[in-house]
Amino acid sequence: MAFASIYVPNSMVQTIVRAEPDLRDRAIALVDGCPPLWKIVAANEAALREGIELGMGGSQAQQFCKVEVRHRSPEQEKAAHAALLDVGWSVSPRIEDTAPGMIVLDLAGLTSLFKSLENIAAILAERSSRVGLHPNIAVASNIEAAIHAARGLAGITLIPPGEEPERLSSLPVEVLLPSTEILETLQRWGIRTCGALTALPLLQLSERLGTEGVFLHQRAGGKYCRSLVLAEPETRFTEEMKLDYAITELEPLSFLLHRLLDQVCARLEARALAASAFCLRFDLKDFMEEESKVKNKSSVSMTESRIYEKILRLPVPMRDSKTLLKLLRLQLQSDPPNGSIVKIILTAEPARPRAGQKGLFVPDSPDREKLEVTIARIAGLVGNSNVGSPQLVDTHRPGEFRMFPFSPASEESAGSRKREPSSRRTAIAFRMFRPELLANVESREGCPFRVSFRGARGNVVAASGPWRTSGDWWETHGWREDEWDVEIHFNSSGKKQISHRGAQDGLYRIYYDWMRRSWFVRGRYD
Amino acid sequence: MPANLAALRAQVELALAGRVPAPFTIREHQVENVPTGISEVDALAGGLPRGALTEIFGPPCSGRTSLLFSALSVRTMNAEACALIDGCDAFDPHSAEAGGIDLKQLLWVRCRTMEQSFRATDFLLQAGGFGFIALDLSDIPRELVHRVPLDTWFRFRRAVEGTPTILLVLEQEPHAKTCASLVLRVNAERSRWKTTNPADVADFYRNPFSRLLDGSEVHVEMIRSRSHWGTKTDFQNGRDPRMRDSSMKIFETKEIFGF
Repeated sequence: MAFASIYVPNSMVQTIVRAEPDLRDRAIALVDGCPPLWKIVAANEAALREGIELGMGGSQAQQFCKVEVRHRSPEQEKAAHAALLDVGWSVSPRIEDTAPGMIVLDLAGLTSLFKSLENIAAILAERSSRVGLHPNIAVASNIEAAIHAARGLAGITLIPPGEEPERLSSLPVEVLLPSTEILETLQRWGIRTCGALTALPLLQLSERLGTEGVFLHQRAGGKYCRSLVLAEPETRFTEEMKLDYAITELEPLSFLLHRLLDQVCARLEARALAASAFCLRFDLKDFMEEESKVKNKSSVSMTESRIYEKILRLPVPMRDSKTLLKLLRLQLQSDPPNGSIVKIILTAEPARPRAGQKGLFVPDSPDREKLEVTIARIAGLVGNSNVGSPQLVDTHRPGEFRMFPFSPASEESAGSRKREPSSRRTAIAFRMFRPELLANVESREGCPFRVSFRGARGNVVAASGPWRTSGDWWETHGWREDEWDVEIHFNSSGKKQISHRGAQDGLYRIYYDWMRRSWFVRGRYD
Repeated sequence: MPANLAALRAQVELALAGRVPAPFTIREHQVENVPTGISEVDALAGGLPRGALTEIFGPPCSGRTSLLFSALSVRTMNAEACALIDGCDAFDPHSAEAGGIDLKQLLWVRCRTMEQSFRATDFLLQAGGFGFIALDLSDIPRELVHRVPLDTWFRFRRAVEGTPTILLVLEQEPHAKTCASLVLRVNAERSRWKTTNPADVADFYRNPFSRLLDGSEVHVEMIRSRSHWGTKTDFQNGRDPRMRDSSMKIFETKEIFGF
């Protein structure tokens, strides 16, 4: 039995650094609470060296010009912890969600897959740094020993079975997280380390400190055993960011979105997953909100609840953050939020990544990720409804079709459908006039004899029809038409009058609409 | 003079030795031609060249779209991803499917302006991976298309060069000049009608319901080709009669005459 414990030291600061990697080498102090009663709740080593102290007032901390003061973000802490869990699940399916910034993995049976425990610890460290966290990792045969070692020893620690008391002996008793009263008692006794605690006689310790003392004694010696409390894997991947200053421009927004996408994609990658859809949600603030706050409190609650939501559905699961950023940018360009953004929430729906191998003898096809960006760009140009793959619908209504997202057949299925060109006769193509052209038709013996539309007049030299169709008469949008195929020879004067549609002699399709009581030209054969 | 030329050539080759391998040797491009689905046109032009720009032009109702549909049908049936940039939103999916096009393999971009058409074409060429991209400018006035700068056509030619993409442009007049590797002119000759009563051929007013549009004869002339030296040919297109008369043979094959 072996357990690995991952502990993120100073997790609140690491969470902020994860969201803003530029702060990694800077002195950072975090404040929490309501203004003006802000207090410093966390700081890194550099900030402490500058003179920052925990519990110091926020305004006092801002006097340190070399220290970056940031607000604590519970949402980002939650997301960072979820990322830590994803790292754990990327290695072991049995995980305990011990505490914020701390997880324990069951490594039983994993050495056959990852070769050695050292290798597993190195993989965990590498994957943690990929999601922006730099934890302490300890591997031991005992859950509690692994937890205490991770809390007390920096970097990667491997404790061989039986060596727990020796390895834990140098750690301070604070790593055991005793209650405040017991900690004070131990300090009065001069007990500073786990080794000193284990040296105390157990009977006398239980007489003075009770069951908690015995419990601490067992943990300090690495003798306490318990079973793992398993955590359920997350099915949604959410990253949040609360902004200090509202954003109105797309460029700075793209910058933040890129960070969030990078984090989500790293988490997905850790779980060997991709995203099938993204939900982007903004909390918006009106430009006039500050003013309305002063005037009317009820209007404030109304403005605070304003949200903007955009769902990006992907035809194939993806996790390339650059491609996803381009798609989100194109979506936002076509439908920008109506207000300044104060909070960003990005949620990914996980799916199994696309796995496929191209065949040697199947035609080349567009790269799916690239194709999706291209289609989004074209949709921004011509409109979403004007780009896609047309599909016929089950109706006799002339010209009816629906647009579906373009998704060319996969290589395997395409290969199976591949056919040789037949030697059949070429079908005559039909071109539609959208919208159809209003026509004036003169009839002789019920048959079109002369047709004029768009100022041109022509004689019908051959006709076939009427082909009567009707449907949906029980609905408001029913139709009833008499359709004719006609060959029209235009008068030479009429040819000049028509501009771009072209009054060319040829084959046309005209119809009489019984609902509108008018003749129309539907299109021409070409 | 020939002796001087040979000496000059040798001198140039010597000067460029090591830098330019063969300054006087024309590089031969292996152009793959694919069938259009119309044997007469394939015999005339050798098919549509990949990695090159092809222009098909002619007046309205001349058969340009039939030729396009035939080529699209062959490409989509070969499981290639195809795109149609529809300059005037005139594409009819029903007619396309009747013509044998696999609509699932076709990306249809419905444009309203010429600028949209050209920008969409640019995007698709940059994306790559398409086997066939058709730019339909058939219904856009020739005066407008004429204003398109020549460098646009050069850009298109450069974009498809060395790729397996066929770029086909449908228009009323050729505009790409030397950028086009193949230029075909099409013209409709005459339409054909079928009737159950041969006596009614001349007088269609008497029994219009007994007649059926059968198709038209199309005349194709090759104006320019970098690989073939044909001249002209004719083919016939026909109407899918399924919607009109179920008793008729679907996609009847006929002997075509050509030059």
